[in-house]
Amino acid sequence: MGVLSDKLEMGVWPTAFANDDLYWVIYTGAIVQFFPLRGAMTNTHANYIVVVKRDCPTCVLVEPVLAQLQATGCNLQVWSQDDPTFPETVTDVGDDSNLEQSWILKIETVPTVIRMEEGAESERTVGWDRSEWLRLFEQDELVAELPDFRPGCGSKSVEPGMPEKLALRFGDISLQSRQIVVGDMEDAMESCFERGWSDGLPVVPPTQLRVVRMLAGTNRDPAEVLGEVPPDLQPCTVEKVAINAVMAGCKPEYLPVVIAAVEACLIDAFCMHGLLATTWFSGPMVIVNGPIARAIGMNSGGNALGQGNRANATIGRALQLVIRNVGGGKPGGVDRATLGNPGKYTFCFAEDEESSCWESLAVQRGFKPEQSTVTLFAADGVQGIADQKSRDPESLCRSLAASLLTVGHQKFAVHSDVFIVLVPEHQRIFADAGWSKQKVIDTLMELTTRPGSELQPGVGGIAEGMPEFVKDMQLPKFKPGGLNIVRAGGTAGLFSAIIPGWLASGDFGSSPVSKEIVI
Amino acid sequence: MTEVFLDPTAELSAASKALLPRLATLEGKTIGLLDINKPRGDVLLDRLEQLFAAEGVSVRRYAKPTMTRVAPLETKQQIAMECDAVVEALAD
Repeated sequence: MGVLSDKLEMGVWPTAFANDDLYWVIYTGAIVQFFPLRGAMTNTHANYIVVVKRDCPTCVLVEPVLAQLQATGCNLQVWSQDDPTFPETVTDVGDDSNLEQSWILKIETVPTVIRMEEGAESERTVGWDRSEWLRLFEQDELVAELPDFRPGCGSKSVEPGMPEKLALRFGDISLQSRQIVVGDMEDAMESCFERGWSDGLPVVPPTQLRVVRMLAGTNRDPAEVLGEVPPDLQPCTVEKVAINAVMAGCKPEYLPVVIAAVEACLIDAFCMHGLLATTWFSGPMVIVNGPIARAIGMNSGGNALGQGNRANATIGRALQLVIRNVGGGKPGGVDRATLGNPGKYTFCFAEDEESSCWESLAVQRGFKPEQSTVTLFAADGVQGIADQKSRDPESLCRSLAASLLTVGHQKFAVHSDVFIVLVPEHQRIFADAGWSKQKVIDTLMELTTRPGSELQPGVGGIAEGMPEFVKDMQLPKFKPGGLNIVRAGGTAGLFSAIIPGWLASGDFGSSPVSKEIVI
Repeated sequence: MTEVFLDPTAELSAASKALLPRLATLEGKTIGLLDINKPRGDVLLDRLEQLFAAEGVSVRRYAKPTMTRVAPLETKQQIAMECDAVVEALAD
């Protein structure tokens, strides 16, 4: 049986035919093993099924009850999860050490008593409750010296990690992805590198079990197609996202965020293909808003844009791995970045909504505070802006504006969009003065609007510049809606961040996009 | 134990690991000839060197210290830096 069960563990599903009470298992054309038909040992005519384990004191306690019931002719099928010799005083105990029956019967507690009528369950009770057992078994008394009540213990079939194992083994999970058999001599981690699946850092090998556990993080059908991922325009299922989320190191509860991020990057306005292909630095940055950010422990505080938080790190990475593996977008291939930026490994953080004096990015973009969302931005790296001396909003705005003018190129206007990640100590200056977010944005837009004549080629001895036809115009640095502010960061430090975007913004390139996160 | 992974890609390429791209032409290329230090490997490699030379292909010779072990890292890196392709003589 060992050989075949190894094959089953491997997910190589042999053809099986049921015939009476045997499986005939045919594997690569040869009959290699007989298996008992699933449930063949089940007394299908039993009026009662009882599932127990020796490791449960309540199960040990009820042993004389079961023996008495059997002795008085009760048609009883007992399944034992951990020791087929238990209960010794009961005959024909079924061995459920592989937990198949427990899984099929959805046992959560032992002992569980299930009353059967015409082959189907009519009712069940868990633990030892004398009055319940008397009623179920239609008895007047059962081992009178026992206490009236004892709670049961957890079923082995619901121990942590076990339900997914059992679902994979006995359930009807049908994953569609091709199975890649890794040779005995291969190192699992190295094998992932060699197959080109990695962004350069180690990935978690995407075993079936890990993928099934990952998929438990969403209610969505693994076969659901989210869209076609550029550059190869390949259909991307929830299952493919889950595989890449495993590799990125995500926990299952992050999966809905990753799925939403993938959906968002496929919105036409985001222009994922162009963003991948550009020689410019940008890659997708993910900002998470709403309750899920707190629920999964994302970092919106100190070092929010840095390393160290699993959710921040792996959600952004999973999105990039989907583009790499499903879309086929790789550096040197369609990814033509001249330099790229470290955020192309991963760039994801949550907005600090709870401490903010302003509406969140998501609310500003039309969502309700109770909705969880991702917003994607075609982002470069982080440009720091220090201002430790401003104490009024006017001065701080002038400070921010001076740095904003350098985005892309000091002479460029209406090119990149931008996100300002405003830290708490800077936001407090606006809060104390009663400024709204919109007032700050309007002020910054005004302060970064310049005459086109100053931006002409040759001005300042610099050949770069804006075309001649804008010479007599007043040019805003950013297009309307192109300047965005979110709050994040630690409580100490008057250092905010400017995150410039791809030079090709708006209809010409990429616009920020948002998507609600659906569990 | 043998492991099975689920393919994270769009499954456009073969499930087996891809070989490095083959050379489309030998013109202007440098070919390494690696002797694993087994008897008569040099006979094969000498002949190959003659044939490559006749085609105007430049050749560099390398040898493993012993056939019993994999090539030292330095040798592999040297070949990778100096050559476009390598022919390894398994000999005997």
